[in-house]
Amino acid sequence: MAAAATAGSSPGSGPGDSPEGPEAEAPERRRKAHGMLKLYYGLSEGEAAGRPAGPDPLDPTDLNGAHFDPEVYLDKLRRECPLAQLMDSETDMVRQIRALDSDMQTLVYENYNKFISATDTIRKMKNDFRKMEDEMDRLATNMAVITDFSARISATLQDRHERITKLAGVHALLRKLQFLFELPSRLTKCVELGAYGQAVRYQGRAQAVLQQYQHLPSFRAIQDDCQVITARLAQQLRQRFREGGSGAPEQAECVELLLALGEPAEELCEEFLAHARGRLEEELRSLEAELGPSPPAPDVLEFTDHGGSGFVGGLCHVAAAYQELFAVQGPAGAEKLAAFARELGSRYFALVERRLAQEQGGGDNSLLVRALDRFHRRLRAPGALLAAAGLADAATEIVERVARERLGHHLQGLRAAFLGCLTDVRQALAAPRVAGKEGPGLAELLANVASSILSHIKASLAAVHLFTAKEVSFSNKPYFRGEFCSQGVREGLIVGFIRSMCQTAQSFCDSPGEKGGATPPALLLLLSRLCLDYETATISYILTLTDEQFLVQDQSPVTPVSTLCAEARETARRLLTHYVKVQGLVISQMLRKSVETRDWLSTLEPRNVGLLYEEGVRKAQSSDSSKRTFSVYSSSRQQGRYAPSYTPSAPMDTNLLSNIQKLFSERIDVFSPVEFNKVSVLTGIIKISLKTLLECVRLRTFGRFGLQQVQVDCHFLQLYLWRFVADEELVHLLLDEVVASAALRCPDPVPMEPSVVEVICERG
Amino acid sequence: MEDDAPVIYGLEFQARALTPQTAETDAIRFLVGTQSLKYDNQIHIIDFDDENNIINKNVLLHQVGEIWHISASPADKGVLATCYNRMSCGSQWETGRKSFHWLITISCCGIYRKAQARLCQIYCIENAHGQLVRDLDFNPNKQYYLASCGDDCKVKFWDTRNVTEPVKTLEEHSHWVWNVRYNHSHDQLVLTGSSDSRVILSNMVSISSEPFGHLVDDDDISDQEDHRSEEKSKEPLQDNVIATYEEHEDSVYAVDWSSADPWLFASLSYDGRLVINRVPRALKYHILL
Repeated sequence: MAAAATAGSSPGSGPGDSPEGPEAEAPERRRKAHGMLKLYYGLSEGEAAGRPAGPDPLDPTDLNGAHFDPEVYLDKLRRECPLAQLMDSETDMVRQIRALDSDMQTLVYENYNKFISATDTIRKMKNDFRKMEDEMDRLATNMAVITDFSARISATLQDRHERITKLAGVHALLRKLQFLFELPSRLTKCVELGAYGQAVRYQGRAQAVLQQYQHLPSFRAIQDDCQVITARLAQQLRQRFREGGSGAPEQAECVELLLALGEPAEELCEEFLAHARGRLEEELRSLEAELGPSPPAPDVLEFTDHGGSGFVGGLCHVAAAYQELFAVQGPAGAEKLAAFARELGSRYFALVERRLAQEQGGGDNSLLVRALDRFHRRLRAPGALLAAAGLADAATEIVERVARERLGHHLQGLRAAFLGCLTDVRQALAAPRVAGKEGPGLAELLANVASSILSHIKASLAAVHLFTAKEVSFSNKPYFRGEFCSQGVREGLIVGFIRSMCQTAQSFCDSPGEKGGATPPALLLLLSRLCLDYETATISYILTLTDEQFLVQDQSPVTPVSTLCAEARETARRLLTHYVKVQGLVISQMLRKSVETRDWLSTLEPRNVGLLYEEGVRKAQSSDSSKRTFSVYSSSRQQGRYAPSYTPSAPMDTNLLSNIQKLFSERIDVFSPVEFNKVSVLTGIIKISLKTLLECVRLRTFGRFGLQQVQVDCHFLQLYLWRFVADEELVHLLLDEVVASAALRCPDPVPMEPSVVEVICERG
Repeated sequence: MEDDAPVIYGLEFQARALTPQTAETDAIRFLVGTQSLKYDNQIHIIDFDDENNIINKNVLLHQVGEIWHISASPADKGVLATCYNRMSCGSQWETGRKSFHWLITISCCGIYRKAQARLCQIYCIENAHGQLVRDLDFNPNKQYYLASCGDDCKVKFWDTRNVTEPVKTLEEHSHWVWNVRYNHSHDQLVLTGSSDSRVILSNMVSISSEPFGHLVDDDDISDQEDHRSEEKSKEPLQDNVIATYEEHEDSVYAVDWSSADPWLFASLSYDGRLVINRVPRALKYHILL
C-alpha cells in the first residue's frame, strides 16, 4: 500500500499544483513541491503524503514544514496581520484546503483502480501455475522411461563393441607388423633411389619397436636387416658428405640425416667443420691466387667482392647450418664454431690485409673505401651469427688500421708535395740566372707554392673524407666518429703536416752546409714568407675547413690554432734570421777578402772608391729588390743623394768620440733577430757586414793612403747605405768605428780632407 | 770575505795578448801585451791580491813592436815569449823555450793535428766551423775532447776519436768567438770571449771528466781534497750558461783562467780593458761539495 501511495503522490501533486495554484508565484511553489518530495523520501515513510512541509523544516510557522504547529501559526497570523490580510489569508487557506481535498480524492481513486487490476492479475497467475505443474510431472515420467530404454540398449551392444575395438587394434598391429616386415626392402629401395630422407624417417619410426621386441626371433631378424641397411645408409650418407662436391645445404641435410640416425654428434660436428674448412680453405686459396705475386691483380673492389661472396658467404652458411644442426651441443659447440671461425677469419683477414697493403700506393681513396665498405658490410652477417668469434670487431680493426695507414700515406704525400714544390722553386730560382733574363718573381713563386700546397691539402682532406661518408657502413663506428676525425685527420694529417712543413723549413737553417751554398737565399726568404702567411691566415683557414668537414665530436684535446701559429711564426723568424746571416756572410766574405788581400801599407793615394764596395752596394741593392717579398713596410724615404744628418767626425778625435758614443749608445747586437720587414732585414745584413769590416780592419796595418782609402770607402758606404737601414745612427757609428780603428792601425795617420773625400765619392 | 764584483784594470793602448803566468802557482798573475803602432808597447805584469781585491802592476817595455800573442813558460817563472810584429818587416814568430810535442794548425774551416816526429796527419776535422776557426783548447783531463770556436758565433766540442760530428755545439754569442778556454781543474767550466764584447762562462757537465751524482775516485788529479766527496744525493747539473759578463765595451780578443786560482779568470778587450772575474760562489760550492 505504501508503495502504491508513493507512486500516486508524485504525479498527483504536480498537475494538482501548477494549473489551479492559487498563488501567483508558480516557480516558488514548484520548488516547494520538490522540497517536499525530497523531505518525504529523506524522512520516515509513514508520514502523510499531503502534509505540507517548508524549506526550513524547523520553522513551526512554515505551512509546508515538517514541524508545522497550527497554533503557533495562527497566533503569529493573529498577532502580526491586520484584519484585511487575515481575511485574505483565510480565504486563501480555505481555497487551498479545498484544492488539496480534491487532489486527495483523485489520488485515492486512481490508486484504487490500479490495486484492483493487480489483484486480478495475481489471481490469474495462480491458475496458470497450477496447470504448468501438471505438465512438468508428466515430462518427468517420460524422461524416466527414456533413460531406462537407453540403458537397456547399451547393455545389449556392449559385447559387440568390445569385439570391434579388439579387431581394430589387431588391424593396426598387423599394419605395423607389415610395415616392419617390409622395412628392410623399403629401406633398400629408398637407399637405391637415394631418398635418404625417407629412409631415415622409416628407420626412425621402426627403431623403437624393434628395440622393444628384439627378443623375438623374427623381429630380431628384421632388426638385424635394418641395422645392416642403416649402416649402409649411414655409410652412403657419409660418403656423400665426404665427397664435398655438393654444396653446403646438401651437406647440412646429410648431417641432419646422420644425426637422425643416431650418429655421435661430436664426431659429426668435427667432421662437418673439417669439411667446411676444406671448402673455405679452397676459397681462401683462390683468393690468395688472385692476390698472387703477379702485379696485375684484380682491383681491390673485385677482390673484396670475391672474398665477400666466396669466403664470407660460405662461412655464413656453415655457421647458420651448424647452429641449426648442433644447437643441442650447447656452449661447447658454439665455442668450437667460434674457434673455427676465428681461425679461418684470421687467415682471411691476413689475405685481405695483404691485398690492402698493395693498395697503399695509390692516391685515390674512393675505390679503397668502397672495397672496405663491402668488406665490412659482408662481415657483419657472420658477425651477428658468431658474436663470440669477434669477426666484426676484427674487421673494424682492419678498417681502422687501413684508415690510419691511409692517413699516414696522405701525410707522406703532402710532405712529398711540399718537397716537390721546394724543388720546383729551387729550379725556378736557378733557371733564370742561366737564361740571363728575369724569371718569375718571388711573389709569383710564393703564390704558386702556397696554392699548390693548399690544393694538395684539400685533395687529401677530400680523399680522407670518404672514410666518414654517411653511406659507408663503418662510418658510424666510434673510431670514425671520434678519434679518426680529431686525432687522425686533424692532429695526424693537418697538424702533422704543418709541423713537418715548419720542421723542413727549419732544417734549412740548421743544415750542415752552413756556407749558404746548399740553400739559395731566395728560397729561405720565400719559405719565411710562406710560414708567415701560414701564421696569419692559412693555418686557421685549413683547420676551420677540417673542423667543418669532419665535424669533430671527439672531446680529446687538440692542438689549438695559436700554438701552430706560434710555431709557424717562430719558423718564419728563424728562416729570416738565417737568411740575414747567409746574406751577411756573403758580403762579409767579399769585404774580408778585399781587406785582407790588399797591401794597405804601400797603397797609393786614393783616387776612387774601392771596386769591391761598389759591388757590395750593388749587391745590397739587388737583395733589396728581392726583399720586395716583405714589402709590408713600404719605404717612404725618398732617394736622396746625401744623408742629411751625417757630419763626418774628424778622424783624430774619433777615439774619444766613439768612446763617448759607446757610453751612451746601446750595445749593437750584430746577429740580432730581425723583424718581418724589408728595412729590418737589410739592417741586419748591413750590420753583419760592417762589423766584419771593423774586425778585419783591426787585423791589418795601414799606411797613410791606406787609411785614406778606408776613409773614402766608408764615406761612400755612408752615402749609400743610409737609405736601407732603420737606424742611420747605427751605420754612422759602425763606420766611424771602422775609420777610427783604421786610424789606430796606421802609424802615420793623416786623414784626407772631407771635401776631397766627398769629391771622390761623387765621382765614384 | 770578498764579493763577486769584477775587478777592472785599464791599459793605455789597444791590447790583444793575455796569458796567466803558468809557472806561478801561488800568486794570481796575468801578463798582458799591448798592441800599438805609434808608441812603445808594454808588457803589463798584473798581480791580483785576492784577499784585498787590489791589483799591483809592473810594466816592462817591449820596444820591438806590437804584441800579437804572449805566452809564459810553463816551467820557469822568469821566462815568457811574445809574438810580435814590427812595421815593415812582416810578422815573425818566436817560440822561445816553449816546446810543443804537437804542432797544431788552425786553418780555415778545418782543424789539423800532426805528430811532429813523423809529420803525418792524425786527424782532420773538415768544416769544423762555417767560417774561420779562431781558437781551440784541449780538455785538460780528457785529452780526446777539444773545444773550438770561430766566426760562425759557435763553440763546438769535438771528440777526436770520432770527428764527423761535434759532441756539443753552443751558440750563445752574437758575433765571432775569438777565444775558448777550459778550466784546468774543473773541465766542465768553459770560458769564451767574443767580439760581441761578451765573455760567457758555460757549464758543460755532460762532457766533463767530473762524475756527477755518484762516488767515483778521480785518480788523475791532485786536487782530490777539493771535491772530497761527490754525494749521491746531489742532482746532476745540466749543461748551461753560468754567466754572461758584459763589462767590456769593445771586442774581447783574449780570455784565460788564472793558473793559481781555478775560480778566477781574466778577459781582455781591444780597448785595453782587463777584467778579472770569479766563478759565482754558488756554483763553486756546488762543484766542491
